[in-house]
Amino acid sequence: MIKLEHVSKNYGRVLGVNDISLEINQGEIFGLVGPDGAGKTTLIRMIAGILSPTMGAMRVLGAANPEIIKQYLGYVPQKFSLYGELTVQENIFLLGSLYGQDKEEIEERANQILDFTKLLPFKERLADHLSGGMKQKLALAAGLMHRPKLFLLDEPTTGVDPVSRREFWQMLYRLNKEGTTIIVSTPYMDEAELCSRVAFMHNGKVVDCNSPEGLRQSYPYRVLELNAKEPSIKRYLAIPSVMECNKFGDKYHVIVKDGAALAEVKLTLEAAGLISEALKEIPPTLEDVFVALASEVF
Amino acid sequence: MYAVELMNLTRKFGDFTAVNDVTLSIKAGSIYGFLGPNGSGKSTTIRMLCGLLEPTSGKGSVLGFDISKDSEMIKQKIGYMSQRFSLYDDLTVIENLQFYGGMYSLYGSQGKVRIEEMLNLAGLKERQDELVANLSGGWKQRLALGCSILHKPSILFLDEPTGGVDPKSRRMFWDIIYDLALQDTTVMVTTHFMDEAEHCDEIGFIFEGNLIASSSPTYLKQTIPGTLIRIPTDDPMGLLETLEGSTLPYLDIYCSGTGLHLLIETEKLAHITDFHYEKITPALEDVFVYLVKSHRKE
Repeated sequence: MIKLEHVSKNYGRVLGVNDISLEINQGEIFGLVGPDGAGKTTLIRMIAGILSPTMGAMRVLGAANPEIIKQYLGYVPQKFSLYGELTVQENIFLLGSLYGQDKEEIEERANQILDFTKLLPFKERLADHLSGGMKQKLALAAGLMHRPKLFLLDEPTTGVDPVSRREFWQMLYRLNKEGTTIIVSTPYMDEAELCSRVAFMHNGKVVDCNSPEGLRQSYPYRVLELNAKEPSIKRYLAIPSVMECNKFGDKYHVIVKDGAALAEVKLTLEAAGLISEALKEIPPTLEDVFVALASEVF
Repeated sequence: MYAVELMNLTRKFGDFTAVNDVTLSIKAGSIYGFLGPNGSGKSTTIRMLCGLLEPTSGKGSVLGFDISKDSEMIKQKIGYMSQRFSLYDDLTVIENLQFYGGMYSLYGSQGKVRIEEMLNLAGLKERQDELVANLSGGWKQRLALGCSILHKPSILFLDEPTGGVDPKSRRMFWDIIYDLALQDTTVMVTTHFMDEAEHCDEIGFIFEGNLIASSSPTYLKQTIPGTLIRIPTDDPMGLLETLEGSTLPYLDIYCSGTGLHLLIETEKLAHITDFHYEKITPALEDVFVYLVKSHRKE
């Protein structure tokens, strides 16, 4: 559905996106996951046809010319770009008429979408008076007026409350079920779990692209969880086979190279008189995977 | 011994109540995570604690000093770092440290020693003569942290310190925070990253100005009633629709990647006979979604 071949984008001397090749299939919820400055927004804007690549070739919905396919494409930018002094409903109506829909069509579709996004009770409210989470829902609603086949969302859940975030993702799943292909960017590693496939982005590059399960399976190290109140556990684990030791409240996550290192950690802790029954192997989080991948690139 | 004690703290801006009747205490030497969506009252609370903003009602103390009466005393004892690192881009790393050292009246050999310590702490020794403009986000963040603790504050306020920083830098940053806490610095950190909150000893969750929970991550996860299970499926939305139409008594239901999550009263688990499922530990997001929903029902 979308194919990028060696796509780069520079802003002057700054490389926004650096030699990315990627294919996104119909029916996916595809995640672009990475920190600020990784190139997520630049990539989304190129797919949306708002920016053109400096180098490389791309096809979106089969077309090389973005103008042809814009009517099939919905885009929700990161910054709220609707009118604060218009009501929820007025914003939606305005968007509908910009897409050239007639009045009846607009009204019917607006009701559907406001119902879907649970904004119907707030339709008379000024957009400026909505909470962050509701503003994002309104932006989503506006982007859906023309029934896009491909829906691009740039960090729709950043800074949004947990309930709105959960509801937002449930809407994405429902749209996806109805046949919309979704590309969503996020700085939150835990949201990577929610996508069908994920491209991990770092410094303008895609460092890996796979399903969450696939990413986890390609993780080269082992993760141990240690329950310990001992505050200076790190002193004991300053051994070469331990790659990282991170505290999580009353637990530690210890990252080791392999099975032999795992045994060594166990012995070291026992020798220090710390109970090693509190040690168990856990699956890596996608953050663990990202950190390992990002370290390779450096 | 508490580093922060707040009693019924309230702040209004005109008709708008930004912080409503917040009561909490933070143990000296602990890491307290202050979690909430944008606009929930996090920064307003922190500004009151730093003595920058008067409470409308209620009272509070920081390090034993009254936040309304002794704000000048408080300002000398605290460190503060915000997301906008407030470094000087056209100064070098060491010049920034020297500048902040001057602001805290750290001169002569005392200042030199302290600056050296900060360079080592932030891992910036080899880059001390580089312009700050040339540093990436993670380095800037650690330098900003160094600048904010030059004067050895007893309590450190971090306002969304890791927003937009890559996960590897985030982990390095947290390593430093843990070291500070080990040396008895109290740390209060605001964040909207749910997974980051897992690092804290205690978490306060603020929503629409109300503190709706304040406890350890482990304890918070135990406050959810019932059991959270995951049913693996290729079509979570399809299964969700089926279960919504069934008589299965559940408390909450949502799609998550290649699975459906179901919160159900433990004694009713026997009702699930048609599906294979696994019990899972709730994420903090599950906790907060539950708390916000219960809060709304009140």
